[in-house]
Amino acid sequence: MPELDVNGHRYAVDAPVGTTLAEALRDELTLTGTKIACGEGQCGACTVLVDGTPVLSCITLVHSVEGATVTTIEGLRDHAMVDAFVRADALQCGFCTPGQIVSAVALVERNPSPSSEEIRHAMAGNLCRCGAYPKIEEAIRSWRD
Amino acid sequence: MARLIRTEKEVEGRYEEVWIVVEEDALEQWPDGPLRVVGRPATRADGPVRARGEATYTADLRLNGMLHTAVLRSPHAHARVARIDLAPALALPGVHAAIGPGDVDVLVAECGFEGAPVAAVCADTLAQARAAVAAIDVEFTELEPLLDPDEAVARGALLGEPRIRTRGDVERGLAEADVVCSGEFRTSPVLHNSMETHQTVVQWVGDSVDVYISTQFIWGVRESVAEKLGLPQDKVRVVCEYMGGGFGAKNSPDDQTFIAAELAKRTGRPVKCALTRREEHLAAGHRNPTIQRLTVGAKQDGTLTALVGEYVNAVGWGGWSSPVEGPMHLLYTCPNVRSTTHAAKLNSPPMKAFRAPGFVEGTFGLEALLDELASKLGIDPLELRRRNHTEQDPSDDRQFSGKNLLECYRRAEPHWERRHEVRARSTDVVKRGVGMASQIWYGGGGPPSYAWVRVGSDGRATVVTAMQDIGTGTKTAMAQIAAEELGVPLEHVTVTVGDSSRGPYASISAGSSTTPSMGPAVRAAAADARRQIEEIAEQRGDPGMPLAEVVALLEDGQILGKGARGPNPAGMQVLTFGVQVAEVAVDVETGEIWVDRVAAVHDVGRVINPLGAASQIEGGIIQGVGHTLSEERLQDPHTGRILTTSFESYRLPTIADVPEIVSELVDVPDRHLTNLGSKGLGEPPIVPTAAAIANAIRDATGADVRRLPIGREEMLRALREAEQRQHESGRREAPARV
Repeated sequence: MPELDVNGHRYAVDAPVGTTLAEALRDELTLTGTKIACGEGQCGACTVLVDGTPVLSCITLVHSVEGATVTTIEGLRDHAMVDAFVRADALQCGFCTPGQIVSAVALVERNPSPSSEEIRHAMAGNLCRCGAYPKIEEAIRSWRD
Repeated sequence: MARLIRTEKEVEGRYEEVWIVVEEDALEQWPDGPLRVVGRPATRADGPVRARGEATYTADLRLNGMLHTAVLRSPHAHARVARIDLAPALALPGVHAAIGPGDVDVLVAECGFEGAPVAAVCADTLAQARAAVAAIDVEFTELEPLLDPDEAVARGALLGEPRIRTRGDVERGLAEADVVCSGEFRTSPVLHNSMETHQTVVQWVGDSVDVYISTQFIWGVRESVAEKLGLPQDKVRVVCEYMGGGFGAKNSPDDQTFIAAELAKRTGRPVKCALTRREEHLAAGHRNPTIQRLTVGAKQDGTLTALVGEYVNAVGWGGWSSPVEGPMHLLYTCPNVRSTTHAAKLNSPPMKAFRAPGFVEGTFGLEALLDELASKLGIDPLELRRRNHTEQDPSDDRQFSGKNLLECYRRAEPHWERRHEVRARSTDVVKRGVGMASQIWYGGGGPPSYAWVRVGSDGRATVVTAMQDIGTGTKTAMAQIAAEELGVPLEHVTVTVGDSSRGPYASISAGSSTTPSMGPAVRAAAADARRQIEEIAEQRGDPGMPLAEVVALLEDGQILGKGARGPNPAGMQVLTFGVQVAEVAVDVETGEIWVDRVAAVHDVGRVINPLGAASQIEGGIIQGVGHTLSEERLQDPHTGRILTTSFESYRLPTIADVPEIVSELVDVPDRHLTNLGSKGLGEPPIVPTAAAIANAIRDATGADVRRLPIGREEMLRALREAEQRQHESGRREAPARV
């Protein structure tokens, strides 16, 4: 039974081998802020931080991150990036937004003032079908305002 | 006083006459321009809940005892189930029920497209359900697929009669023309690909059924489910509090709802049926491909004398024939127009409405041909459009309820003027240019739609209506309208939506109709509440008493206001208008295209929330860029199998693909339309994007692109053709350098 530190709490996850981190978070821990939109690691909606690095939780096996520190959108609710997204109207339907915010947080943690180019590079793995991209860029540029 | 009236209702260009009950709609429109709350930027009311991951989408529901469903789908484009045995599936662990053809009518033995649902299994976990589906013993007899739209038309494989629309005499119009241009344009199937896939959870509660669904039309689902299950409508409760995008693909309950309902009935458990992303690529609808054979005739001064269109909508196995010929009939004053639209029935998945269905495709063909004409005539493309402007609906001479297209053109001029400077930055290899295209589409909304407003003693108001906010921000717009009418701060208004058992009938969120349909009802409800508050103040001998003081007397009492959407103006055509100007760069050696900038000016009447409106415009343009440059569902031309079933092969735009977008709205209330003067903005921004980009490519390179998406192959083909033309004529056929 893998043990995880999720958003500062320790959990023993009762999941069969082959369970993805996204499934464990959503189904075992009912942390449904992490979304699954493709299930194949192609859209970024399931992005969470594992030891501070953004990973695609839908293609990460939960047993492979045993002992790691996992941060999901639920652990970032008070991060200034959330308010920056709302202020800039950087979301429409909102389904990809938790993943966008997790990726954005990972970006600004290592580069607090990213350029437009750096934002586009770091965020290109997070699809948004509503096309909130210009405002996502704006939110990340102005996240500390 | 309640009145029963007969009125015309339009959704996405399809009209029907309906009876509706309306209240007196005596409210005058507000004065022009930004008001205290309406017309001012407001952040999304449910933004924090969505951004923090607290919003419960259908995908996030976890009901006690809920079972998961996997669906067996046809692996062939055309096949018959020769033999099927569900017993091996039922024998597997965790499996609760399995159904096949005949158990529910959406499961079929005659499969007309790859992905047609054949059987379904529900189990404790999704993994168990999938394993069980894999164990189903099934044998298909493959049949010859029909895949070519022209062949389908020739063979008479059609969905409905050809649609013929005529005005004037096109033969005479062509004879009168000084210049005639023709071209064949093709558009490809593109997918909605909402981030939340199609999904439904169904739970039977006694003799009622609860349907939790990612939908654009709560009340339509209620009606369809009641009809199919043989229940009174009040026994069907439909819930959609948050949903993850639709773009037209979620207007109906769809197969997954009826599969879940049947399995829930058989098991006595809540059952979820959710499409995977790969299923979404097969069986969730798409914008259908089109073939457009177009001819335009004009006088030397640019006056259009004839427009002729032979259209094929490659509809697929099911769906409807979208109004691809609409722009040809509505956009210009041309006296002679004739179109024939065939709906080809093919062994490809059924189409669904997709953000301005028909008009995106039709505008590409028409506006690209108009620029070829402008080039031949040596007339500035913007001037050509001005010369053919129409002040009334040219197809039936109806007055427009409001039209500010010339104002859109005027405001687009500074963007259009940039073409000289943009072209000058071309190099031998990278050519740059600017193109424009006009936008016309529906978006007036209509009745019926209702709202309630309750005001408590704390002076806070709640708007209650059973509409859905599909991500367009309409909930926020409704809060703004209620706050404006009541005279309370925006943050004192809550909007409750998403549950048919907890609010009155509300509009579909399709056809750019939510704001123009719901907004007037919300305003009327708020006005009803305000009137009651004023009456109480008057009874207290203080007609000027502030709302907060009046309602403070209520204790646990509440003021309840109700409002209904009135009819659209009789005998008038309600449309939205606009123009977009695109700037592109084309590498003439590799065929690579970059869209650098798109400027958009649209006229949708009064703007409720400029912030949300800008987001809608940006989102529409970005989808339009995707349609134009990268998105295409590929189908094997021999087998009919779908070749693109994931985001790796079906390429959506990413943040790195986004051009600079500049948007502006004319923001003049439509004087004749409702107590609000607002039209919808969901669809207009996607309509002209592809055409504007194609025209910018012509401006940059002289090449006529004729096919969407404009991949490198098409770009290089068009460049070769242009070179050939230049070679033959001994001179470069330059684009209109005016």
